[in-house]
Amino acid sequence: MTQRKSVTIDGNEAAAFVAHQVNEVCAIYPITPSSNMGEWADQWSAEGKTNIWGTVPSVVELQSEGGASGAVHGSLQTGALTTTFTASQGLLLMIPNMYKIAGELTSTVFHVSARTLATHALSIFGDHSDVMAVRQTGWGLLASASVQEVMDMALIAQAATLKGRVPIVHFFDGFRTSHEVQKIEQLTREDMAAMIDDNLVRAHRSRGLSPDRPVLRGSAQNPDVFFQARERSQPYYVAFPGIVQEAMDKFAKIVGRQYHLFDYEGAKDADRVVILMGSGAETALETAEYLNAHGEKVGVLRVHLFRPFSAKHLLAAIPKTVKGIVVLDRCKEPGGTGEPLYQDVVTALSEAMAENSLPFAMPKVIGGRYGLSSKEFTPAMVKAGLDELKKASPKNHFAVGINDDVSGNSLPLDADFSVEGNDVVRCLFFGLGADGTVGANKNSIKIIGEGTPNYAQGYFVYDSKKSGSLTVSHLRFGPRPIRSIYLVDRANFVACHQFVFLEKYDVLKAAVPGAVFLLNSPYGPDEVWDKIPRPVQEQIIAKKLKFYVIDGYKVAKDTGMGSRVNTIMQTCFFAISGVLPKNEAIEAIKKSIKKTYGAKGDDVVQKNFAAVDQTLANLFEVKVPAKATGSIALTPAVTDNAPAYVKEVLGKIIIGEGDSLPVSAMPEDGTFPTATAQYEKRNIALEIPVWDEKLCIQCNKCALVCPHAAIRAKVYDGALLGKAPSAFKSADFKGAEFKGMKYTIQVAPEDCTGCGLCVQVCPAKDKSNASHKAIDMADQIPLRLPERENFAFFLSLPDVDRAKVNPGTVKGSQFFRPLFEFSGACSGCGETPYVKLLSQLFGDRAIVANATGCSSIYGGNLPTTPWAVNADGRGPAWSNSLFEDNAEFGYGFRLSLDAQKEFAGFLLKKLSSELGDALVESILTADQKDEAGIAAQRERVAELKRKLSGLNTPEARNLAGVAESLVKKSVWIVGGDGWAYDIGYGGLDHVLASGRNVNVLVLDTQVYSNTGGQCSKATPIGSVAKFAASGKPSPRKDLGLMAMAYGTVYVAQVAMGANDNQTVKAFLEAESYDGPSLIIAYSHCIAHGYDLRFGMEHQKALVESGAFPLYRYNPELAAKGENPLKLDSKAPKISYGDWAMTETRFRMLTKSKPELAKKFMEMGQQSSQRLYHFYEQLAAMSFGEPKKGE
Amino acid sequence: MDLSTTYLGMKLKNPIVPAASSLSRDLSKLKAMEDAGASAVVLESLFEEQLEGEAASIDHYLTYGAESYAEATSYFPVLGDFDKGPEEYLEHIRKAKQALSIPVIASLNGVSRGGWMRYARKMEEAGADAIELNVYFIPTDPNMPGGEVEAMYVEALRAVKEAVKIPVAIKVGPYFSNMANMARRLDQSGANGLVLFNRFYQPDIDLEEIEVVPHLQFSSSVAMLLGLRWVAILHGKINADLAATNGIHTHEDVLKMLMAGAAVTQMAAALYKKGIGHISAVLADMQAWMEQHEYESVAQMRGSLSQKNCPSPSAFERANYMKAIVGYKP
Repeated sequence: MTQRKSVTIDGNEAAAFVAHQVNEVCAIYPITPSSNMGEWADQWSAEGKTNIWGTVPSVVELQSEGGASGAVHGSLQTGALTTTFTASQGLLLMIPNMYKIAGELTSTVFHVSARTLATHALSIFGDHSDVMAVRQTGWGLLASASVQEVMDMALIAQAATLKGRVPIVHFFDGFRTSHEVQKIEQLTREDMAAMIDDNLVRAHRSRGLSPDRPVLRGSAQNPDVFFQARERSQPYYVAFPGIVQEAMDKFAKIVGRQYHLFDYEGAKDADRVVILMGSGAETALETAEYLNAHGEKVGVLRVHLFRPFSAKHLLAAIPKTVKGIVVLDRCKEPGGTGEPLYQDVVTALSEAMAENSLPFAMPKVIGGRYGLSSKEFTPAMVKAGLDELKKASPKNHFAVGINDDVSGNSLPLDADFSVEGNDVVRCLFFGLGADGTVGANKNSIKIIGEGTPNYAQGYFVYDSKKSGSLTVSHLRFGPRPIRSIYLVDRANFVACHQFVFLEKYDVLKAAVPGAVFLLNSPYGPDEVWDKIPRPVQEQIIAKKLKFYVIDGYKVAKDTGMGSRVNTIMQTCFFAISGVLPKNEAIEAIKKSIKKTYGAKGDDVVQKNFAAVDQTLANLFEVKVPAKATGSIALTPAVTDNAPAYVKEVLGKIIIGEGDSLPVSAMPEDGTFPTATAQYEKRNIALEIPVWDEKLCIQCNKCALVCPHAAIRAKVYDGALLGKAPSAFKSADFKGAEFKGMKYTIQVAPEDCTGCGLCVQVCPAKDKSNASHKAIDMADQIPLRLPERENFAFFLSLPDVDRAKVNPGTVKGSQFFRPLFEFSGACSGCGETPYVKLLSQLFGDRAIVANATGCSSIYGGNLPTTPWAVNADGRGPAWSNSLFEDNAEFGYGFRLSLDAQKEFAGFLLKKLSSELGDALVESILTADQKDEAGIAAQRERVAELKRKLSGLNTPEARNLAGVAESLVKKSVWIVGGDGWAYDIGYGGLDHVLASGRNVNVLVLDTQVYSNTGGQCSKATPIGSVAKFAASGKPSPRKDLGLMAMAYGTVYVAQVAMGANDNQTVKAFLEAESYDGPSLIIAYSHCIAHGYDLRFGMEHQKALVESGAFPLYRYNPELAAKGENPLKLDSKAPKISYGDWAMTETRFRMLTKSKPELAKKFMEMGQQSSQRLYHFYEQLAAMSFGEPKKGE
Repeated sequence: MDLSTTYLGMKLKNPIVPAASSLSRDLSKLKAMEDAGASAVVLESLFEEQLEGEAASIDHYLTYGAESYAEATSYFPVLGDFDKGPEEYLEHIRKAKQALSIPVIASLNGVSRGGWMRYARKMEEAGADAIELNVYFIPTDPNMPGGEVEAMYVEALRAVKEAVKIPVAIKVGPYFSNMANMARRLDQSGANGLVLFNRFYQPDIDLEEIEVVPHLQFSSSVAMLLGLRWVAILHGKINADLAATNGIHTHEDVLKMLMAGAAVTQMAAALYKKGIGHISAVLADMQAWMEQHEYESVAQMRGSLSQKNCPSPSAFERANYMKAIVGYKP
């Protein structure tokens, strides 16, 4: 028997590790937080790793979870061992197939990292609402509470389903378990082979469809027999709990860890028991141990097998001394008599009581909700539940962990209650996404977990912004397995890897007295004290912290490590945290460096060693003064001018205090005000653009490409400059349309992310020094205050009259105020410039349906959101329904608006005499094709409303209610390529075919960006992506051509970096076309692997290679007898490889599979040449009337 | 007619060797070179800096933006322990050796002493018959004395000679204060051959974009004259074999270089322009010329017009204006 080794891995890897080895087919679709399971499986198969029978499992990506479950069903039906990995909405999409799979008694296990279902909002985090939504499908539901359990149960589940023929959803808590890194014992192939009975595998195969022994499955049945047939499988469900327990017992014999369907731990004579499942059970156990050691008699019943629910096993597991039971559910069933687990427990107890078989007197049973969307679940919450049972009239159906001041359902918490032992080292690290802190911590956990007998745990909390984001790493190390499944709130070691965080966050809040505080500081030990905020000083003194500083960036620079401080900060941690003896720790780091960089040669290793040694030489303890003397205060979360709601609610979320907000602070139905991002000044740019008004040619390209609307152009009356701050710059407007007016390019210094796209596109170079442009980057800090003042003044200048601007040019479009600003998108994002352009051109009358993905996250993730309003308070109304239904969702907007408009027209005609025939006629026949026409209609409708207010009739009131619909509305359906090309394609196709006036904007990054770079059908040939680790072998789907085939859809393919004027034109034409329009907008992306500063150049190269022809297909032209297709890009002038090889997504294949890379480049070259030639011919075709005889 | 020559201790069937260029990336093109009559091939250079820079860049971008956002803790599939080293290049040497019967000369551009030695050793292990060191260095630091630049060349050569047993040639540019002295020092440091001269990228200016653009203009026969002078001057004064490169396009260019003293001539631009088959045309023309002029062998011709053998040795030393004065007949 192979020795089992200790590994430090997360729950997803643990599940995938077993699933990959006991299956032959994995059909998957990415969804957070389960994506990594499929990615692991895909990677292992790509590496040629085999299952226990010696073959490499086939891992395939489908177009949706619905598709994945269909493929799984088919694969199972033909006899292969098959699995999938999913969560949340993905699991919902699998429900139809799950009914079928269970109805056909098919052996399979789905591994689910349980995640919140979208209700009033989407949440990527964990709870049981998804798995509870499939409890009626006939599947077994098996819960794991820890990373070790995930690995063990994955195997137990496979063994049980093969024997019992009931399919199993094996689930564990999303993020909390799926992403928590723990040291666990890894099962061996022998363990797996011993657990899986090959006779059962053969039996599974023999049930598969085969023309050699044909059967029919999936018949249609009538009222006469369906019912009986449905009942026929019942014996399998009766037997299944026993079969699962047998598998658990067999596992115990082989591996040594014994599980039960319901595992009870705690006092044998407990009077109170908490029942729950998932990771919360670990915390409950830790709490029970503590309470029992302090004189209480409590226990925890962990539910493993929730379906089929075995009342017999449940009752047998509960101690007979029980007087009270608290059942905790990690989900909410509004309107129910209680949440699912509670209901089942109550039913089991009551039925037993009614049958006189209850082995103890009927206890008091209460139920409550906890931990929705990964809300923290701490020992204090467990205690609160158990304490409630002590009361004569305990609260039932409570919510623990929040302050429910609306319904009064929450339980009070003892905030100081802690059960953590002194032998556990608890560490907190505050880092920036880009500084490598999380990676270094994962490495530290490996070093300690795999190199010492200690146990280790790591959990990582990320920001909801994609640029300049905060990461907080929560690490625990100790001599016993770690069961504290909650964030570190009492830290012995706190490291702050970014000096600026001290002003933004209370980093020392969790530090215990005497803790070590490590600060990455540009100031040395003698000067740092006066540079840190006073509240930080006060905490250091009050808690008697040991305070260390290092100038990590200087050490990195001096030792040739660039700006990555990860190794340096990691070395500091080992040197002063005391988690390992210092010398041993440094030795371990060096060993790890050698392992990581050894392949790159000795020079790289030596450079890293030097960084470690230099770190130790530059790490200093600060002599802490007795008194806080500083004058620096913490920066407020939002600006002074923010509305109260933003300050009091969103502001709390920004500083990490969202947990303290009561229920009453939240909207009832998920509705939030827009235009809130403007109040959150993130100051994340190290450098910002500086405008040289003398050099500027006023092309406005900088404003167009800015992903964050942080550089803007305005024309205004020079007389307004009287009140301008002294540093405010302006120039005479160049050009005829605003002759005599002033012009300014202004930077929003605190909102700019420093991406540099604006500088790259700026065409104006100094004639004497070409390195100086009309925009250059300069240090932000000295510019912050003056530019803040300038930006405020700039905003106070009136926006230009929209009717006077020519929107059809880049320059004109950028005089419209962006109504999408300061989003949380990546610095240098390629999508947001298009979104912003949409908001500028049509934002004041736009309704946006946004598919789930990057654009829904940077567009709608709390705390603050970027969709904004103009001076009149108008702006885009935005909503996200789901990932898969976005086209239909937006189509619904159109149907609704048209219906209301029709009703308004009907009422107008009816009330014509009272309202004035002329007004009614002018409203009904209004030309709203341009800005002036729309402005005029708005005035007419305002006039209409005034008149209606004087008419007190039901019809007048009804007309007032729909009068807004008479002003032209612009419906925008926005999403990424994953939505448009894959999961939402069916719906998109239908909506495009509908002929209704909707505008579809596809932000095409050629990859699933939001979930981390999975292959989509837009992925180009040869590009490496997740699920295409060997490069995508087929060309990108030509979505535009498919839409053109209808002949009634306006279609444009645009790439701003290649032709910005064409982009603007396409947006205007698409919107003005009275029918469905589709814009496919190429968007450079962080998942392409290059410095996004050069994003626009890459777009240009792509188009020059012919792989992405620019065109506009306007059906209106065909109606006029012209060719509707205008090809807007020239014939390829560089090769496919010339473009592709500048991006890591293609280049990496030259390292892993050079021959394949070469072949793909040739195929890409051929296909892009052909593609261009094809479009060229289409664009040259005659669309006139056929001549006689033709 | 005996066209054979010896270069780096290897007996070659003729003096035409395709120079290091991207043409050699493709195995089928290497085979075509052999079929066209090439007597050896020099593979495209392996650039240590580029190789390591490439690995570092891929490493960097594979983790760029990773671990910043909960839904996307990475953006690329894990590449595992991908080939960060020269494996692809070494494999190419192996395949070239298998496919060809003519000698295969690997070309190396290193940056560090460790790199020079490590990669040279690997090239030898992969089966290269010889190594051509491509020292591509443009000294731009005004504080760096010329002596230091020269020492760098010598040091690189010594490092490689220490590391391998196969012959080593060194390809250099002409920009030394005393090229002859430099050649001698390289010769004394163990160079088996000198390849004259390296051709550097010549940055150009794009007037439309107002920016500097990298540029490499193909050489023409005019460019060979610089090499011609130095081959002639050095022939017979140092032990190392002389290879002429840069500007060799026609049989006449080859013949001139041989007369000046080159052991082989290396061609690249001509093959890009006229195709690999151009080698056989040059060989045929060369043979015809030799027959017409009653030469029996290359050996006979080699160095016949070197400075040492030239009736007017000063011809290779005069500056243009001197020649003009001398040529002046009132």
